[in-house]
Amino acid sequence: MEWEAVIGLEIHTQLATKSKIFSGASTAYGAEPNTQACAVDLGLPGVLPVLNEEAVRMAVLFGLAIEAEIAPYSIFARKNYFYPDLPKGYQISQFELPIVGLGHLDIDVDGVKKRIGVTRAHLEEDAGKSLHEDFHGLTGIDLNRAGTPLLEIVSEPDMRSAKEAVAYMRKLHELVRYLGICDGNMQEGSFRCDANVSVRPKGQQAFGTRAEIKNINSFKFVEKAINYEIERQIDLIESGGAVVQETRLYDAAKDQTRSMRSKEEANDYRYFPDPDLLPVVVDEAFKAQVKTTMPELPDAKKQRFKEQYGLDEESTAILTSSRPLADYFEIVVKESACEARICANWVTGDLLAALNRSGLEISDSPVSHERLAGLLARISDDTISGKIAKQVFEEMWQGTASADEIIEAKGLKQITDTGAIEAIIDKIIADNPGQVEQYRSGKDKVFGFFVGQVMKEMQGKANPGEVNKMLKDKLK
Amino acid sequence: MHNKSIAELARGLRSGEFSSVELTQAFLDRIKRHSSLNCYVTVTEDLALQEAKAADDRIAEGDATLLTGIPVAQKDIFCTQGVKTTCGSKMLDNFIAPYNATVVDKFNQAGAVMLGKLNMDEFAMGSSNETSYYGAVRNPWDLNAIPGGSSGGSAAAVAAGLTVCATGTDTGGSIRQPAAHCGITGLKPTYGRVSRYGMIAYASSLDQGGPMAHSAEDAAIMLQVMAGFDERDSTSVDLPVPDYRAGLNNPIEGLKIGLPKEFFGDGLNSDVAAVIESAVNEYRKLGAHIKEVSMPNLKLAIPAYYVIAPAECSANLSRFDGVRYGYRCANPVDLTDLYVRSRGEGFGKEVKRRILMGTYALSAGYYDAYYIKAQKVRRLISEDFKKALSEVDVIMGPVAPSTAFGIGEKIGNPIEMYLSDIYTIAINLAGLPAMSVPAGIVGGKPVGLQIIGNYFAEDRLLNIAHQYQQITDWHQQSPKGFE
Repeated sequence: MEWEAVIGLEIHTQLATKSKIFSGASTAYGAEPNTQACAVDLGLPGVLPVLNEEAVRMAVLFGLAIEAEIAPYSIFARKNYFYPDLPKGYQISQFELPIVGLGHLDIDVDGVKKRIGVTRAHLEEDAGKSLHEDFHGLTGIDLNRAGTPLLEIVSEPDMRSAKEAVAYMRKLHELVRYLGICDGNMQEGSFRCDANVSVRPKGQQAFGTRAEIKNINSFKFVEKAINYEIERQIDLIESGGAVVQETRLYDAAKDQTRSMRSKEEANDYRYFPDPDLLPVVVDEAFKAQVKTTMPELPDAKKQRFKEQYGLDEESTAILTSSRPLADYFEIVVKESACEARICANWVTGDLLAALNRSGLEISDSPVSHERLAGLLARISDDTISGKIAKQVFEEMWQGTASADEIIEAKGLKQITDTGAIEAIIDKIIADNPGQVEQYRSGKDKVFGFFVGQVMKEMQGKANPGEVNKMLKDKLK
Repeated sequence: MHNKSIAELARGLRSGEFSSVELTQAFLDRIKRHSSLNCYVTVTEDLALQEAKAADDRIAEGDATLLTGIPVAQKDIFCTQGVKTTCGSKMLDNFIAPYNATVVDKFNQAGAVMLGKLNMDEFAMGSSNETSYYGAVRNPWDLNAIPGGSSGGSAAAVAAGLTVCATGTDTGGSIRQPAAHCGITGLKPTYGRVSRYGMIAYASSLDQGGPMAHSAEDAAIMLQVMAGFDERDSTSVDLPVPDYRAGLNNPIEGLKIGLPKEFFGDGLNSDVAAVIESAVNEYRKLGAHIKEVSMPNLKLAIPAYYVIAPAECSANLSRFDGVRYGYRCANPVDLTDLYVRSRGEGFGKEVKRRILMGTYALSAGYYDAYYIKAQKVRRLISEDFKKALSEVDVIMGPVAPSTAFGIGEKIGNPIEMYLSDIYTIAINLAGLPAMSVPAGIVGGKPVGLQIIGNYFAEDRLLNIAHQYQQITDWHQQSPKGFE
């Protein structure tokens, strides 16, 4: 029988607010345990939550970006369960009336476009962390993360393969970083994924029983976990068994999922509206105001890069993969007055390679966009050749000097004086009669030899175009 | 000194007739002498004398408010930095908050002197003060009677002259009912008028702190300090706070008083009914017009309350889990054991009963039938009040169906206990302000008149109560032995 997988993702994005969703404590990652948890985060008696408006703004921005319905009136609810790292014994979340309603995200898998529905996105607070190591059989609780704002984005069960699921997740990851609402750091848990997976015979309308795979923290693991789970379910059904509704954990080391709890063991969360918080009212004015802060979104930017700069699919994809990189590129083009394709080659080539080697982000690049533009400007005005430029770039990467300073100090300025070039060419021709003979008898390849000799003689500083032209004339 | 009004005491302090230290010491002495009433969970003697000294300095500098140097006491539900806050529970017997409730901060800023923390029903769940981990409070009017609850320590302490005034909180009648039973004046403000920050939550959508004092004037002075928007409480309302004292002497001629016929039916003790009628008559003499109104959904208030309040409390009390603070059972073997025994041993019977009721009402499959239905009833009750208050200025009636009952009399019968709040609970569901004003004495025990007003009409309520207190002296009577 032919099987079809049905996949829906729930993605928790940690919103990049400075303070927590219901308190003034900092959300910065990595502090000493329990140093960033105030009375509200600790759930001390008598404390009350106050909603962080910035979290609402970010949720609305996300909703607008996926063309979703923004609820004019949404409410917070208490999700009740006991766990040591959940200080109040309930999590403040949204249940019946989430802030973001139905929207969509378009993905592209192997050139095929597909629209994935986003059911809803709701605001909630994160819990703390239980630390089971280092306490000799006891458990430590770190509440620094408690109260960190999350936007839980729930997709429709629209994906049919692990590949599609990963494409959706990547697209969402790119979007939230573009919007500046999430740093996307998966190691630190800023972007976490739960996957709902079921299988059904191809052509069947009804969904099969689904399993939920919890907390998968990389694109690679999402793909592997889903593929494993699809296989597991198909094998199970084909061998006469039945899938049970349950929560499963992905074990990356073993590359398999295992049961965590069954439906029967699931909590009854007893959701009810949180009486400590007022309904969130988002009016047209607020939406309009948020809309003015909407950056150019990835799809639109890709389209524009292709049209405006004449870039190919690959360069476009790389340059638009993050907003800072795209911005860097655009500034370089503008400031260098250099051809966009050359700028793109430099940014996606030498610059990214150097960044990767050093493990740096574009925002931490030792060569700022001003400095790179300064270098490329010298290419475009023929002061130096592309080859010399690579040498200058290496110098720039190591130090702080500008391209002009390096060119000046090292005497790398390109020689465009045709008299000087001509003298060298004449000398080379005179010194290599054999090669001249070969060329003239039709061996075109020997032309490269002459170019190389001239450039070598001139320490690479001759204008290659000029050298080519003059050599061709002289060798006729 | 212990029977003087706040205004009189403030005058005495300013004129140098006595100092705050002397005044405070006098109250501390009385607290010791009458400790058998069990009004206080904690007496902060040293702190009080320090604060009194500071108040005397402030008065000398000419920087005093009306409350500067005046001894007050806090219901033990308000968190006090550095001073134990128990909420009447074993669960918090060791809890010292690292912060003050907004209300406590405001009294501190006004220069009031805190005498201590007052006994109360455990987590404010009770109508008799008998559910307290620290034992029942005795009613100074009848030592075998309950003082009412949950602010029983507050009411008894004011009545017995063990503080000038006290804070209380009211979720279903917890300020008004004990005020009535102890013969003092109590005001439950409009929901949102007084910040709930630092006030340990029982039922968040119903809880409201308010003043408990001898007179409407004293209550006005207290409310002036307590009321106002607090950015730490999203449900507090950002409306200007009127000058409550300024309006006390406004004439009330032409006042339209509504008497809901449902307040005067079966279950109301006939002597209490007679007291209310005679109080209404006094208002007639002051030029008020009386009109019968109807609140057809009033009978649903108790069942609706006993779904909503327990539902909210079941979540509010989840934080008391033995993990971070409060009571923790000895030698837990695992996480479940830690939870089960800490909560099982730390909470009293009534608290457990309400957590269970609330958990049940919110459970899958029951939520619509209980919680949602109760919310609908709540709306209907609010509509009843809205309609009535469009016809009249205020609604009057009894606070409680009888005078204070005996200690031990109803504690074994929760339903009967719950019914003692029949006239107060609906007001919390509607979020309206209401007062309890001493209006008579039956069989040696006080009776309270309830006055219910429109949203944020605390100034009007205080004015109406004050006018009554100008022509009656029920609020000035002291129980025997406490004069």
